[in-house]
Amino acid sequence: MRAVITVTGKDKVGIIAMTSGLCQKYSANIVDISQTVLSEYFAMIMMVNLEKLTVSFTEFSDIMKKAGEEAGVDIRVMHEDIFNAMHRI
Amino acid sequence: MLNTTDILETIKMIREDNLDVRTITMGISLFDCISDDITRLGEKIYDKITRSAKDLVRVAEDIEARYGIPIVNKRISVTPISLVGAGLTPDGFVRLAKVLQRAAGELGVNFIGGFSALVQKGATVGATNLIEAIPQALTETEIVCSSVNVASTKAGINMDAVGKMGEIIKQTAYNTRDKDSIGCAKLVVFANIPEDNPFMAGAMHGIGEPDQVINVGVSGPGVVAAAIRKAGNCSFSVLADTIKKIAFKITRVGQLVAAEAASKIGVPYGIVDLSLAPTPAAGDSVAEILENMGLERCGTHGTTAALAMLNDAVKKGGVMASSHVGGLSGAFIPVSEDRGMIDAVKAGTLSLEKLEAMTAVCSVGLDMIAIPGDTPATTISGIIADEIAIGVANTKTTAVRVIPVWGKGEGDVAEFGGLLGYAPIMPLKKESCSEFIKRGGRIPAPIHSLKN
Repeated sequence: MRAVITVTGKDKVGIIAMTSGLCQKYSANIVDISQTVLSEYFAMIMMVNLEKLTVSFTEFSDIMKKAGEEAGVDIRVMHEDIFNAMHRI
Repeated sequence: MLNTTDILETIKMIREDNLDVRTITMGISLFDCISDDITRLGEKIYDKITRSAKDLVRVAEDIEARYGIPIVNKRISVTPISLVGAGLTPDGFVRLAKVLQRAAGELGVNFIGGFSALVQKGATVGATNLIEAIPQALTETEIVCSSVNVASTKAGINMDAVGKMGEIIKQTAYNTRDKDSIGCAKLVVFANIPEDNPFMAGAMHGIGEPDQVINVGVSGPGVVAAAIRKAGNCSFSVLADTIKKIAFKITRVGQLVAAEAASKIGVPYGIVDLSLAPTPAAGDSVAEILENMGLERCGTHGTTAALAMLNDAVKKGGVMASSHVGGLSGAFIPVSEDRGMIDAVKAGTLSLEKLEAMTAVCSVGLDMIAIPGDTPATTISGIIADEIAIGVANTKTTAVRVIPVWGKGEGDVAEFGGLLGYAPIMPLKKESCSEFIKRGGRIPAPIHSLKN
């Protein structure tokens, strides 16, 4: 199962390191990564494979959300199907 | 690989524009619960509902987490109780309403609908008794919703029932007078009631439905309003295309959620209802969409045309996004549940007459409208008759959910709380229609050739 992790917020040092560190900790394999910075506004998108995830999807999503709140950015983990459904015919 | 812009668009819709799935509603047939013993009937209904929907809330929460999309309501609709309890007295029907309340409370759902009767051509003893029980049932329960279908395009309008419902609404308002007559917010009078509507208060599980089914109602007025704002100064052709595209995306989320919920619970997927359902929150308003099209305020000249275009474009975009569409499917224009509508009423731009015209081109009808508490029952019946006539003549669903707020008059504000919101009391005509309503009988079904 693949999911999309999005990190949005004000740009600051270490956001990618923090997010990918948590992916490693819970065995979420990063398949693809892209980021853009628009006038201090940071948006990172990570495609991850969750086949070997060591916690449940909900727990992983909550952990990411909480880490984001602590770092002052918005982190969301969403199953890729919602994006496929909305943007592909 | 997914496109970055697409991903960020979805995130923005959820985070800033209030995109959500408004409801997952599980329809449950109660026909196999029928018994001549009311205690046994109540037990069987309680068991069937709690057994069938035991996973509903958990599955909905799982889907919410998995896709990162809020699912605001989890609801249940059941076979019209007037059919299941056809032999009961009004007291018996009140007992059944309490059984529904207990079952729904046990499951943790937000509402249960189906305390309903279908009397478009005439009332059975069961239907008459259920209607008698409505005021007490809605007073003594909290999350049970009731609906009565008083007309259809094929049967015409049952004016005896229209007259009766005026009295029932008044009585319900009086019974719940300490809470701004909130009982009436759980009661809808319909023409051409849909059998698969997932939205409250009009949800019921129709007689042609499978034993159990999952229906989903999408939402997203904020997303449409934002798309129109972004489209800027464009022609109606471009505007209609913009709405269609965004409605497609919204509905695809509903389709995904409906299919997933049905598969996880193990029951058939019924329909996606393509309705734009507003809430009192800022940026979640159908009125705001119309205003973004270029109206200074909702209710002014041009409002009906704007709404007609919106409604049509939402359906065109939504139909392709979903394998089965049904329910009410259209923009909702409840007053108390839409901040833009509330403001338009307060400003005096949006009148009851304009709302009535708007209901001719969108779904539902006169919805969540607070009227003076001293309104005569026959005047309420007159409001119902007018609105129902629009549905019958135009072969569409229309409905009336008005709240005569006990002890309050024009200029006051009724507070219902939560998603039901608040509403300024709207003025009505002072002249009586009681001689008209008292005629009784049926208004014949309209002819559907010789169109004009």
